[in-house]
Amino acid sequence: MHTIDIGRRIAVAALLLCTANQSLLGETVAERAAPCLACHGETGQSENPEVPSLGGQPAPYLLIQLYIFREKQRASPAKKDDPMIQVMTEMTTGFTDDDLRNFSDFVAKLPAPKPPADAGDADRMQRAAALITQNRCNSCHNLDLAGRDNIPHIANQREDYLVRTMREYKSNDRRGYDGAMAEVLAPVNDQQILDLAYYISRFR
Amino acid sequence: MIPRVTAQRSILLAGTIAGVLFAAPAFSQQPPASAPPATASAAAPALPPGSPLIGRPDGNAAAAKLAPVAPPPLPAAADKLPTAKLKLPPGFNIEVYASGIANTRSLRVGDKGTVFVGTRLGNKVTAIVKKDGKTEIKTIAEGLYRPNGLAYHKGTLYIAELSQISKIDNVEANLDKPPKPTVIYTDLPKDEAHGWKFIAIGPDEKLYIPVGQPGNNVLHDKDHGQIRRINLDGSGRENVAVGVRNTVGFDWNPVNKQLYFSDNGRDWLSEDVPQDELNRITKVGQHFGAPYCYQGNFLDPEFGWGHSCREFEPPVMLTGPHSAGLGMRFYTGKMFPAKYKNVIFLARHGSWNRSAKFGGDVVAIFLNKDGTVKSSEPFITGFLDNNNYIGRPVDVEFMADGSMLLSDDWNGAIYRITYGKAQVAGR
Repeated sequence: MHTIDIGRRIAVAALLLCTANQSLLGETVAERAAPCLACHGETGQSENPEVPSLGGQPAPYLLIQLYIFREKQRASPAKKDDPMIQVMTEMTTGFTDDDLRNFSDFVAKLPAPKPPADAGDADRMQRAAALITQNRCNSCHNLDLAGRDNIPHIANQREDYLVRTMREYKSNDRRGYDGAMAEVLAPVNDQQILDLAYYISRFR
Repeated sequence: MIPRVTAQRSILLAGTIAGVLFAAPAFSQQPPASAPPATASAAAPALPPGSPLIGRPDGNAAAAKLAPVAPPPLPAAADKLPTAKLKLPPGFNIEVYASGIANTRSLRVGDKGTVFVGTRLGNKVTAIVKKDGKTEIKTIAEGLYRPNGLAYHKGTLYIAELSQISKIDNVEANLDKPPKPTVIYTDLPKDEAHGWKFIAIGPDEKLYIPVGQPGNNVLHDKDHGQIRRINLDGSGRENVAVGVRNTVGFDWNPVNKQLYFSDNGRDWLSEDVPQDELNRITKVGQHFGAPYCYQGNFLDPEFGWGHSCREFEPPVMLTGPHSAGLGMRFYTGKMFPAKYKNVIFLARHGSWNRSAKFGGDVVAIFLNKDGTVKSSEPFITGFLDNNNYIGRPVDVEFMADGSMLLSDDWNGAIYRITYGKAQVAGR
């Protein structure tokens, strides 16, 4: 319940901002993106629960995500009432193809999020580092977990968002662009998901 | 050799771990360099059988070239399409038939000339109507999930989503106000891996539906790794082929009526092995090898033990490593020169799991009288430019006049290929 309440509050805030935003013509992308960054973090680093940091994301990945939100393809039937997804659907409704491109290019320039001061429990970090290698996360996401092209930057992403995302990929509730993440997460159990998120969010 | 390779791999692993250790202050209390063997072995536990990760290299520069290639979500502008860079045999012309349709995949042509387009990454089925020199693009169904597969039969359009089949009767009379598709079949798994479908209706008036292997290299249960057929009302399921890893294209030989199908071999084994396959079904229920034997002569290192490739139907042709042969059709039209009569045109989507990309073209495959393959040659090339895709062929289909349509899901476009008098660019 707690999470949903937060989500609703974000939704209401974003909708208000979004409506205001769309009523003004001739704004720059930076001005139009202000409501996005109000939730996702102006410096590329999100301070809001389960809201992802957008800094350091490659433009092609951002474009794919915005497209999927606009086309209402992000949610499985089980997640269709998810407030986070509803916010993004509302935010992207009416976006033209050029809007999607411009927002992706703009957001891609935000600096990557920084690792937290908390370096993490050494044993758990070591255990999770082995999982990264075992699951070849660094094969597609790169050794520095910074991603490239259609593959997202995951280093120092919010831990709660990483947990949520991996669980949703595993259960086919986050409908990705293709089945790649659903396939690789199929044999990964929930404790391992928690460890991976712990490590990736503290990666340095 | 083998011990040496292992040693190099361990060193590489140790280096990776050392890099992480070095970068993370919290790890400075860890055992010093005298203990790295334990760390290295902990970093690479054995993968469980069937793991999608088997064979993937650990993160390094070479591995980074092998990840799946994602197409742009937005279709390319008409003036950015690569037709000028595409090469065809002398006398053939290529023009843009339609553009601006995201992720164009399977193609079907209706009796009145409507071109129907399926998609894997979008949620719509599209119809293209040409009238008085004008192109109209209409959405005839939306809110679908991976509606990749289409079949057209006696006025009805069949649509294959990831895990259900539906139909729109009398579709060409209802393009402006199409009814919601009626679901006729839902007895299908929901796996994402190899879950999108190509479908077709055979000379026996049955609907042929493939169900791919639900992962790169995994065992099949009774519902996966097959081509099945059903009656047009959804009844009477029967497997016509098993041991099929993932076919995304098939058609019937107009001479012997046998079903020929493309099948994509496993990934993450090596650059060149196994090759993809072109198969044909000579008897209902034949086993084509996956996941025990690939390319007719290669026992899988994981599942092949205790088997021989002689247990399985060999392919009629190897179509190249990771080349991803998708849509294929036999040519029965009148426009192309006589040498193309009953030839298979196979669209190869092109590799991702290979350092030097391979495929990304359309090949013509010539058969002997007995239905075996005589030879093959390139038909359309040029989609690969400096190891990058500028387009990716998905499906071939023919119009009533014998011209060819080709879908390109990278650009969200459909091209038309004609023979004879040069066409005016149809943009």
